[in-house]
Amino acid sequence: MKRLLLAFVLPLLTGLAVLTPAQGAAGGIAWDKFPTSRLTDMAALQNGAKLFANHCLNCHAASYMRYNRLRDIGLTEEQIANNLIFTGVKVGETMKVSMDPKDAKDWFGKVPPDLTLIARSRSDGAKGSGADYIYTYLRSYYRDETKPTGWNNMAFPNVGMPHVLWEMQGQQRAVFVDEKDPHNTAKTVHVFKGFEQVTPGTLSAADYNIAMADLTAFLQWMAEPNQSDRKRLGVWVLLFLAVFTVIAWRLNASFWKDIK
Amino acid sequence: MAEFKQAPAGASVGTQFMTWVDNRFPASKLYKEHLSEYYAPKNFNFFYFFGALSLLVLVIQIVTGIFLVMHYKPDAAKAFESVEYIMRDVPWGWLVRYMHSTGASAFFIVVYMHMFRGMIYGSYRKPRELVWIFGCAIFLCLMAEAFMGYLLPWGQMSYWGAQVIINLFAAIPFVGPDLSLLIRGDYVVGDATLNRFFSFHVIAVPLVLLGLVVAHIIALHEVGSNNPDGIEIKAKRDPKTGIPLDGIPFHPYYTVHDIVGVSVFLLLFSAVIFFAPEMGGYFLEYNNFIPADPLTTPLHIAPVWYFTPYYSMLRAVTDPLVNVFAVLVAVGAVLAVLRGGFSTAVKGGVLVAALAVIFMLKTFDAKFWGVVIMGLGVMIMFPLPWLDRSPVKSIRYRPDWNKYLYALFVINFFVLGYLGIKPPSDIGTLVSQAGTLFYFGFFLLMPWWSQIGEFKAVPDRVTFQPH
Repeated sequence: MKRLLLAFVLPLLTGLAVLTPAQGAAGGIAWDKFPTSRLTDMAALQNGAKLFANHCLNCHAASYMRYNRLRDIGLTEEQIANNLIFTGVKVGETMKVSMDPKDAKDWFGKVPPDLTLIARSRSDGAKGSGADYIYTYLRSYYRDETKPTGWNNMAFPNVGMPHVLWEMQGQQRAVFVDEKDPHNTAKTVHVFKGFEQVTPGTLSAADYNIAMADLTAFLQWMAEPNQSDRKRLGVWVLLFLAVFTVIAWRLNASFWKDIK
Repeated sequence: MAEFKQAPAGASVGTQFMTWVDNRFPASKLYKEHLSEYYAPKNFNFFYFFGALSLLVLVIQIVTGIFLVMHYKPDAAKAFESVEYIMRDVPWGWLVRYMHSTGASAFFIVVYMHMFRGMIYGSYRKPRELVWIFGCAIFLCLMAEAFMGYLLPWGQMSYWGAQVIINLFAAIPFVGPDLSLLIRGDYVVGDATLNRFFSFHVIAVPLVLLGLVVAHIIALHEVGSNNPDGIEIKAKRDPKTGIPLDGIPFHPYYTVHDIVGVSVFLLLFSAVIFFAPEMGGYFLEYNNFIPADPLTTPLHIAPVWYFTPYYSMLRAVTDPLVNVFAVLVAVGAVLAVLRGGFSTAVKGGVLVAALAVIFMLKTFDAKFWGVVIMGLGVMIMFPLPWLDRSPVKSIRYRPDWNKYLYALFVINFFVLGYLGIKPPSDIGTLVSQAGTLFYFGFFLLMPWWSQIGEFKAVPDRVTFQPH
């Protein structure tokens, strides 16, 4: 209630619309480009769905997404029911989780966000698309013993979620170098220089990148399942309107030739 | 009452039917007055597409809105989910929703173009003052409609945008807190707010809007359209028919003309809907894909782009600018007393009023004056017909420097809009303060500057090259 009140009063006091960040995803490294070709690759999307159902869907819901929508990426209802539903719900149901939000808050500090629209909501005009963010985030976990989970993330500093896929990626550490501050020679800045593999995972670095691209592709697809159809239809709509414009233009000219 | 007509003997069924109808309802009369015998100037240019396009977008918004309401749930617990249901499970729901969300932005683009057309060609001048005033009222309604509609998806930006704007009303002295409570229906934006905004968005405001649109068109057809030359075509009529020499029937000439405009508009509109419905976060803000959360304030709350010029003006009003206002009011009052040809009583009144305004400026919070300035930014459009004292209507026959002044006005409006999207900064505040002063100076000093300079001779007949 106190924070509610504060959130209500703050804009009143400042008269400006900028408030202290209350969300975690601020800051972090520049985003890598998500390989967009995976988005139209059915095998990649199916692999992404498998990774999502096995590793994400235990804590994160996708509560606006129906299981049977996965038919759009080439799966049959039997495949969906037998391989991707672990809770026994019907294929027409949405992807909910059974974890109690109160427990989740105790365990992770906050309720894991719903992932249906995560790829759309994390876009940032300046930094890249939501898919770029997710692709970077999934590959930027590193060992940090100062954190309660033992993990931290370069794309999402002080993230609450531990590295769920660490067995695949293995463990890596972040390398920082102290450099002179270009704006103030008296100071040094802690500059991130890249990751260093500590223990190997079950996947090679290249394979892990591909797996994460597939998972990202799935999340991007799930945020708007008909996004590819929309563009396909759009081409026809624009072609029709282009032809119609020419006809309208000539029709107009034939009427207006009388006007002197 | 018109006399009862009889269809001629042996007339077709169609003629008989229309005679029957016309004896009971002026169908043919309305058709003639507003379409086939409404004589519009033949020299309309590109800017004249935007009136018809505003009407088109209005229809798009109403029709798509009707279908959205069939599936949308105005309930804080279900609103966000129901929008996603429309996007995913309702057949063609995504298309209808994107048309509506893109339509909102398109509405402001075409209306801003339409208003700018009125400004540069002096379309608000006598005898079209009421056409202009109805138009300004439509613009005001449109802003209310857009603001309330934006709450309905119940995303983070919907919620916090509404929170910030409604809180602004709380800055009004004495009644503010109660007024904002009345608007919200609760102490925070919540279910009560969502329900009343829904009610206003789907019925109250559209009803007023439609009435005003009808008034706007009736007033226009009463006085006739202006044109890029700012010439009254009714002054030169065919001696036999009485039809203006430079007028052509709206139908078919401008209906076929507008079809071209409509198809080009739809081309651009569809390009956005099908390929960039979020328009880089400007038409659909990224944060609005997160459900409203009263406990998590977004990093940066910005209104949708079409409000940002006025939002910039609001943010520009800080204590230093209030002091500038106080000085300007004082200077204005002194000039009025020294130079204005008023009686002693009026001069005294001016001084007292100026002192009262300065007293209020220094008494109430700058935040309140920000709200006032934002409101005045829109309201200042209303008296434009009486602010403009130029001897000619159209910019074509005004002094050349007027063109640069109007260009500067447009650039200033864009700069204010840009700054309103960005988080505030010291330099941004300074620029928006200068921009706010320029915006108001443009209007308030118009009675003087519009009379200055070398005016060109206005021709008798409109400028027109046959196609």
